[in-house]
Amino acid sequence: MADTPIVMREQQYHQIKAVLAKLRLDSSARIAFLVDKDGQQIAVHGDVNTLDTTSLASLAAGNVAATTGMAQLIGEKEFPTLSHEGERESIHISVIGRVLLVVVFDERSSLGLIKLRVKQASVELASIFEEVIRESSKKETAEASLFAEITDEDIDSLFN
Amino acid sequence: MTFINYASREINCKIVYYGPGLCGKTTNLQYIFDSTAPQSKGKLISLATETDRTLFFDFMPLELGTVRGFKTRFHLYTVPGQVFYDASRKLILKGVDGVVFVADSQEERMDANIESLYNLEENLQSQGYNLLNIPYVLQLNKRDLPNVVPIPDLAAELQRKGEPVIEAVAATGVGVFDTLKAVAKQVLTELRKS
Repeated sequence: MADTPIVMREQQYHQIKAVLAKLRLDSSARIAFLVDKDGQQIAVHGDVNTLDTTSLASLAAGNVAATTGMAQLIGEKEFPTLSHEGERESIHISVIGRVLLVVVFDERSSLGLIKLRVKQASVELASIFEEVIRESSKKETAEASLFAEITDEDIDSLFN
Repeated sequence: MTFINYASREINCKIVYYGPGLCGKTTNLQYIFDSTAPQSKGKLISLATETDRTLFFDFMPLELGTVRGFKTRFHLYTVPGQVFYDASRKLILKGVDGVVFVADSQEERMDANIESLYNLEENLQSQGYNLLNIPYVLQLNKRDLPNVVPIPDLAAELQRKGEPVIEAVAATGVGVFDTLKAVAKQVLTELRKS
């Protein structure tokens, strides 16, 4: 059996967006981005017009999965933060429970500032996401019944 | 793991193509990518070696359409088939919603198919899944080659639970979308049950 789906409500989504917006502003970052560990994009804030966020989400998750695998080989549970510094653009990734906070920044910010602000935002994001998980596991929600009503015809129509 | 976002009205699911080295997993994705309208797909990301063998994974997002007002997006991944990349294969199975096992129909690849299927069962278990309980499709690929094992023999050896068995020639697209449809249907049916 596959895992229980994660269900994110609108209110939680807007809370997350607000935290990302504040983080981006406070850290002078280009983009603040929340991804689940399986590579699904959750929310993004910032200058994403030209950025393929779906691919970035998948690669960030793959990156964390690979480094977590390496960590375990040397007796660590995981590496909670990863930084990749480029000539102009850099990426900072931090693991917050089962989600990843990805921040893209350039010379207008610094790794030190990003780390500081990410730490503050992480606490808020962890608490919101705990609520998301808690509510997702409740079986009897109005949302759940919406999917129970999906018919075979609905599914077939996707492939016509 | 299926991710349902009420704000953006999206359902996101993860499908993994598994199988022995050179069985055609990447070819399946490449065909889907080449035959899909640009507005329905994102980029095809291939983390490959210099000789074009999959090193970590291939990935492409595919939007199939709308169910009950929700956009359905499938994230398609392949694993590296070569035996020594087992650590990577385990990682890619995390959060999987459905699996396609791509078998190479050639006689000389029978042992590789069996080994890879056994490896899939083992790696699913290590991630807390059971092959018998997850959406699953068996694709018999390379049916156009001269030295293929007959379908009943392949099915007898590789079919695990009455899953759909689809004949394919991924390079020309035969069976590729039938396979995707078969697994996607099971994933959405599973969502209905949950």
